[in-house]
Parts: sequence; structure tokens; C-alpha cells
Amino acid sequence: MTVIDLVSYEDALASFDPVMGLEVHVELGTATKMFCGCSTALGAEPNSQTCPVCLGLPGALPVVNATGVESAVRIGLALHCEIARWCRFARKNYFYPDMPKNFQTSQYDEPIAFNGHLDVQLEDGEVFRVEIERAHMEEDTGKSTHVGGATGRIHGASHSLLDYNRAGIPLIEIVTKPIVGAGERAPEVARAYVAELRELIRSLGVSEARMEMGQMRCDVNLSLRPHGREKFGTRSETKNVNSLRSVERAVRFEIQRHAGVLSSGGTIVQETRHFHEEDGSTTSGRVKEEAEDYRYFPEPDLVPVAPDPAWVEELRASLPEPPRVRRNRLREEWGLTAHEMQSVLNAGALDPIVATIGAGADQAAARKWWLGELARRANEQGVDLIALPITPVQVARVAELVAEGTLNDKLARQVIEGVLAGEGEPDEVVAGRGLAIVSDDGALGTAVDEAIAANPAIADKVRGGKVAAAGALVGAVMKATRGQADAARARELILERLGVQG
Amino acid sequence: MTDTTTGIPSPDPTRMTAAAIADGIAAGEFTAVEVAEAHLARIDAVDEKVHAFLHVDRDGALAAARAVDERRAAGEPLGPLAGVPLALKDIFTTEGVPTTVGSKILEGWIPPYDATLTKRLKDAGVVVLGKTNMDEFAMGSSTENSAYGPTGNPWDLTRIPGGSGGGSAAALASWQAPLAIGTDTGGSIRQPAAVTGTVGVKPTYGAVSRYGMVAFSSSLDQGGPCARTVLDAALLHEVIAGHDPLDSTSIDAPVPPVVEAARNGSVEGLRVGVITEFRGDGYQAGVMRRFDESVELLAGLGAEIVELSCPSFTKALAAYYLIAPSECSSNLARFDGLRYGLRVGDDGTRSAEQVTALTREAGFGPEVKRRVMLGTYALSSGYYDAYYGSAQKVRTLISRDFERAFGQVDVIVSPTTPTTAFPIGERADDPMAMYLADLCTIPSNLAGNAAMSLPCGLAPEDGLPVGLQIIAPAMADDRLYRVGAAVEAAFGARWGHPILEEAPAL
Repeated sequence: MTVIDLVSYEDALASFDPVMGLEVHVELGTATKMFCGCSTALGAEPNSQTCPVCLGLPGALPVVNATGVESAVRIGLALHCEIARWCRFARKNYFYPDMPKNFQTSQYDEPIAFNGHLDVQLEDGEVFRVEIERAHMEEDTGKSTHVGGATGRIHGASHSLLDYNRAGIPLIEIVTKPIVGAGERAPEVARAYVAELRELIRSLGVSEARMEMGQMRCDVNLSLRPHGREKFGTRSETKNVNSLRSVERAVRFEIQRHAGVLSSGGTIVQETRHFHEEDGSTTSGRVKEEAEDYRYFPEPDLVPVAPDPAWVEELRASLPEPPRVRRNRLREEWGLTAHEMQSVLNAGALDPIVATIGAGADQAAARKWWLGELARRANEQGVDLIALPITPVQVARVAELVAEGTLNDKLARQVIEGVLAGEGEPDEVVAGRGLAIVSDDGALGTAVDEAIAANPAIADKVRGGKVAAAGALVGAVMKATRGQADAARARELILERLGVQG
Repeated sequence: MTDTTTGIPSPDPTRMTAAAIADGIAAGEFTAVEVAEAHLARIDAVDEKVHAFLHVDRDGALAAARAVDERRAAGEPLGPLAGVPLALKDIFTTEGVPTTVGSKILEGWIPPYDATLTKRLKDAGVVVLGKTNMDEFAMGSSTENSAYGPTGNPWDLTRIPGGSGGGSAAALASWQAPLAIGTDTGGSIRQPAAVTGTVGVKPTYGAVSRYGMVAFSSSLDQGGPCARTVLDAALLHEVIAGHDPLDSTSIDAPVPPVVEAARNGSVEGLRVGVITEFRGDGYQAGVMRRFDESVELLAGLGAEIVELSCPSFTKALAAYYLIAPSECSSNLARFDGLRYGLRVGDDGTRSAEQVTALTREAGFGPEVKRRVMLGTYALSSGYYDAYYGSAQKVRTLISRDFERAFGQVDVIVSPTTPTTAFPIGERADDPMAMYLADLCTIPSNLAGNAAMSLPCGLAPEDGLPVGLQIIAPAMADDRLYRVGAAVEAAFGARWGHPILEEAPAL
């Protein structure tokens, strides 16, 4: 193993200016694959979702998935790209066992979308514009599992298992133009870009873009140039950096590594690099001394894609509000500080809160439940907030029950617990567990009488004018009713029974 | 009963036209099983000598024939070719029946699915007798490139039957099947038809689905009908053509009225183009003599003959031998020994890459390797523009020449191939000489229009069949049949019998 000399981040930035290029692959959430009718559902038995087309059997031919094209156009429009009036698929030729045809059907010099941008907002509010080179359509490869080696990589493996369920799933590859001028904030910009892109993709409803599921994958290209120099340095390509944190770390590591090589008089080799989650480092993959020759040529089995301009305009008109604009609007509407809004975002609570408000809750209550009780439970279970088995409509109902006085916060938490436990709708849980506040004078009167009878000394103090002592009797009532009593009404009844004015 | 179209006496169904067989079955004169058995017996009798078939599907054929007879017995309507036997080129997938494409690399592969064309044949009640020999991956003009040995020309078994569809053409010419399917990438239907005295049609590109047809060159490949008469070809054309949602390049429009045209042959008032570039060095004298007679015949039938020049046609062969190899280098990449077909060297010590290399080395023949290498080179970065790019420009120029020509004439005629059938082995070591066999057919593949070859006599110097090519604009396939039927009828009247009657008995 070669030793990698890293220069401190500050020193690296003192001498060099980082240039980044980010390539993000997004698996579209279409029901069927890009060129055949096979299901794209995850988690099926290996090779159970295949057909002659996605297995590349002799004679099989592709047919373009119209929803895939629509998703690509919508992504392009949301990235402010120009949409091609006419474009073709191309074959990218290379041999690899996870690719059944030994070529990938992709796009080459005629991408469906090109020349766009995405504005990303850093945590302090600064907006950085990332220019988009292109977004193009292609198909995913199958998945290789290398068995018998130490690292899970092909080196040292005894054999490999191939699963073609993923082969042919639609991908959109989004490539930035060189990102210059980010300086010391480059790692932060990279992270914010990928995060913003993820939000954008989700807002369009074209993919869940879950990085941990491989639905969104990022390659980080990085080079350094001495301050003041126009020409870019040689870049490294760090493949499969698959979380937001990792994107930030990979950029940071590569800045430090490049600076180490360049400062000691070395030269950067153009190569692909592997990223290691454990320590945030990268190691050399495959050297690309000559650009690999993929022998691209137009895919003769498919006809050109020519989106009707009127249809493109319809899609443009129906785009949702951009996530960044929406976030800023909601922050203002809700009167939150940037920090408070950040908490909402970090918890993944924005959409649930919006939906809960939409179901009738007020903003403060919706935010309180999602960021409080529900965030705590999601955290305990190690799942995303949206994965909890409770709907915004149900949360809104809980908030409504609190607002109308049927529940107090303590009871509301129990109702939520019941909903999460599958006991039904909030009202069903209230009924089933008998959780409503006891405020009818009959039931409460009995509890009050019992509390007075059980605590004669305290009752005497109250009768003697020490009204404050009534608190102890209220406590006894609450205890007896297991917190379900309306505390204010209990106090009134106690004072009334004892002949004291409140 | 005597068949009026050909004069072939019944009851021998192997000597009948497809139309007559279908009529006989429909009328209850004989059963589909009897017809199938007669053809299987003919195969047993002669195919050892001819070697038209790579695989005879006896059980499948008889089952299909029985199904037709049962449907007829039940009073169900039968299609116009129900019960008619057919020889299927071994390039179309057939579920449960081997498909080799004439290559060792697919030896033992049993496809899990039917090609769209196969399905259409089955749905029409056509009885598929088996799979026919071909040049490996349809690369060749003689069927000598088959990994399973050559096919003999029924006119002279020491000569080639053309290629790549030599097996299909030889099956027709040796009375083993009244119908056959071919595929035409540069002439593989028409040139075999020409040298065996049969009829072959390359429909407009996109007319017949390519789904399940093992690809050689995707932008050129086109399946089509082969038969002994123009009408039989038209009947088969109508069965196999039509839009297929599984093939993106399939034409979504009605099939031109080919059967109606074949039944109403006429050239009266038609403008017929003769291309200056399709003659000269390399054209056999006897071939040109029969061609010139054909032009005179057309004029005599009332056609107006127009001499035309299509200068870019001289570059067609060169462009073809860049485009077809380029596409094939990519299409054939999937044959890597990992998922199906041949696998060589997998002894537990070798990597997947090494096994793939050994498999391809052993599984592909020399012509396939030559074209894969040519294509790989032509698509390489730095050479793409000079080779693949230039070839595409030539392709555009050829299309323009055709457009200009079809502004002046309704159809174009030419010899189908410059020579009659040459002896097996004569050009085996000279690929360039072999490639010249497709000189007149390739322009139509590059332009994607429709073309037919039909017999126009025997060359005086060798007594072997000569083919007349008719070319029509894209989507005007019916013109081929209208002109072809007129020519066929006129020659039939002059000769007094179908030309195949002159072939020696096997």
C-alpha cells in the first residue's frame, strides 16, 4: 500500500484553487425498465425480473420507455436546461459481464437536456450557482457480487454472481460543468449541490433518490490549479461516493491528496479512485492514461427522440416550485429563523409538516409533533421520519384533539404511540385506550370527593383559607384519574366542595 | 388436377405452389399433414446432397399441420397460407427449436422465445419444416461461411447457392419447401434467389419486424419472403409484414397491397429506370444478355425505359463494408460465453475475460472475425469520422440518387448479381471477389427501399439461372409485385414452363 501524503486543508487552499466536476446518476422510479416491460421493483429474487431484451438475448430489441423520456425532460427543465428538439441514443461499447449486450445504451453527443444550472444555498444562506453541462438518458447495468475475495472487489474473488434485475433500469446522468470559484467552500458546495439535486428529483416525483439504496450515485471529479492559473490541472475521478457526507469528505480528501502530490513536485495521474466510507480516504482504482475508447455510435435499433415543443412547454408549466424557493417561502410564512428552518430540514420534516398543515393543523403544532415526539421515535428506531407508520392527516387530528381540549400533551403522546402501534386512527386510540380528558362533573366529582375524603388534613387547610394547598388535592385527583382529568375543572370543583372562593 | 400457374401436376404437393397447396387444403383435396409428410420425405430424399437445412423440426411441423387440419375440420376459418410448409432461415429465434445463425458460438442454444416473424407464421398456420443453412451471422454471399458446412446449388451441387440465405433458396429450388424466409442485409435474399432461379424480396426497411432476428447490421437487416412464384412471395409477404411494437424501427402503416398487385401484373405505361452504373467490368456476358432481353421485354409490355445515372452507387460497396462491420462489431459483442451458447476454457482457473476471449476465438469463423475487427477499427476514436462518418455521408448520397431517380421513374431494374453461381471454393480465399456479388443489391439496403429478384432466364455460357432485380421506392413494395408478376407471366409464356423445371433432377 502506498503511503498518501496529505497536506493540511488550509495549506492546500493557500496554494491551490479546486475545480470540481460532479456526475450524478439517478435511477428513475418508473414502473418498468428503460427498454423493456420488466419490473423495476427492488428486492426481488435475483434474475427474476428479466426478459430477452434486458438479458440481451440474440434477436431481442429495445423499445424506449415513454415515462423515462418524460422524466428526463422534466429533470432537464427543472435544471433550466435546453431540451433537445431531436436526439438519439448511442451505444457505449465495452465488455463487462454485468452488461448483457456488452454495450450500454446511453446518449453521447446528443443529450436530451443541456446547458442548465442549479442554484444551491449553503448553510449560511449564500447562494452558489452550479452550471449543468448535460443530463442524458441511459440504462443501468446488472449487479456483480464478487465472492471469495477479502474486499468484495473482483481482485482475489473466486467467482462472481450476476443479477440482471437492475440491468435496464432507467438512469439519468447529470453532469456539471467544471465548478470553479468555490475555493475553501468546495466540499460544502459539492454536498449542497448533491443535496439540492436530490430534493429537486424528489420534488419532481421521478425518483425517491435514496442514496443508501443506490438510487442516486455520485462520482466526484477533482483537480487543483495554482492560484491565478487559468488551465485546469489533471483530475482524479472518485467513483460511487454515495452519501452527502461522503461527497463532502471525498472532495476534502482529494484536495488534500492532490496538494500533497503537487507540493512535493509530483504529478497527478488521471485515474479512477475508490472512496472508503470507514476513514473518508480514496485509493487508486484504474489508471486512465489514454481515454477509454467506447466506440460510441448512434443506436440503430432505436428511432430518434424528438420531444414535441408544445409538450415540453406543458411539462415546463407543470413543474413544481423549486425546492430552494419553496423552503425560503415557507421559512418566511412560518416566521422561522434560518436555524429553526435548518432543524426542520435536517430532520426531514419539511414535507410532513407541510402536509400536516394542509390537513388542518397550525404550523406550530405540526412542527412541534414532527420535530418532537415523532423525531424522537424515528431516531430511536433508526428510520426516516417519513417511514414512521403515521400520516400527516393523523398527526393533524391529534393536534386538533389537543386544541379542542379533548387531549392534553401527555395523552396526545399516548395517542401517537397507539397510532404507531397500529391501533388505528387517533379517535380509535382515544376510545380504545380511554384517553379523553375527564371533565364531566359526575366522574370528576367522584374523584374530587374521594380526594377530599382521603386527605382530611389538607382539606381542612383549604377550608381554613390556604387556597394554595388545593394543588395537592388536584394532584391526587390527577393521580387517581391517571392524568386524564381536566386539572382546571378539578380545582374549581374542589374549591366549590370546600366552600372556598378561588 | 393440374396447377394452372405452374403446370405442376398434382397430387405431388412438393411440386405445387404455396397458393395451390393452400387452396387444396382448404378445399379438402389433401390434408396439411399429407403435405407436410410429402415435404419431409422430399427432405429425407435430397437434403443429404443439398444440405439446405441445419435442423429439421419433424415433430413441430407435423403438429402444426395437424392443428391446421383440426381447425379446418372444426370449420374454423383458415388463413391464405394455412398448412403450407416453409423453410425458415436459422437467424430467427424459434422457441424450443435450436437457432444457430450458422455459427458455432450459438451451438446448443435453444431460444426461450419466438421472433415476431416466427409467431406470425405460426399464427397464420404456416408449417415450419426446419431451419435453413446460412453464412455465419449472415456474413457472406455463398453460404460457404456457415460453420456447419456449405449448401449446394440444386442446379449444380458443386456451385454455391448464393448467400447468406443459400439454405432457404436451395430448399425452394430443390422442391423441399414451397416457401422460405430470408434476411437481406446486402443482398442475402436477392442474390441467392438469382443464382437458384427463385423469387426473393427484400421489403422496405421496417416492413418486417426484426424482433427475434439475430442482428448482423441493425440499420440494414430486413427479413423477407422467398418463393418459387411472385404470387407466393406476395402471400408470404402479407403474412410476415406489419407493425410490431417490439421493434422500434418497424413501420407503423398499412402493408402495401402486395397480393393484389401480384394478381394484377402490369407494366403498361410504367416508367422503368436502367442504371448506367450497373454494367461494365465484372458483369458476366450471359447475365447482361438476359438482363438486356428483360429490358426489351418490359418495353414490349408497354413500359417506358429511361436510362439513369446514379453516380454515388459506385461507392456503395465501400460504405457498406464500413457500416455493416461497425454495427456487427457491436451487435456481436454479446456473444461472450457467459450467458448462453458456446463456452470455452471455463476450467476454474481462468477469468471471465479469458473465457470470453477463448470462446470468441473458437466460436466465430474467419469472416465474422474479419468484420468484427474491421468494424471495431472503423468506430475507434480518431477514425470514426473518416470511416463510419464518411460511410454515413455516402449513404445519404445514395438515398439522394434514388430519390432523384424515383422522381423520373416508377421502378428501377438491374441484374441482381453480376455473375451466375460460381463454384464452391472459387472465391473462398478472396473476400473482395466475394463482396462484388452484392454490387447491385447493396444500394437498396443502404437506402432502405424495396427490391425483388426473379428469374429472367439461363445464362447461355453455363446454363445457370440469372436474376432480374426490380427496385421500388420505400413503402411502394406493391410495385415490385405488379412488375414482377408481369415479367413472370411474359417469361412463363415464352418458356412454356417455370424455369425450375429445367434444373437437373437430384
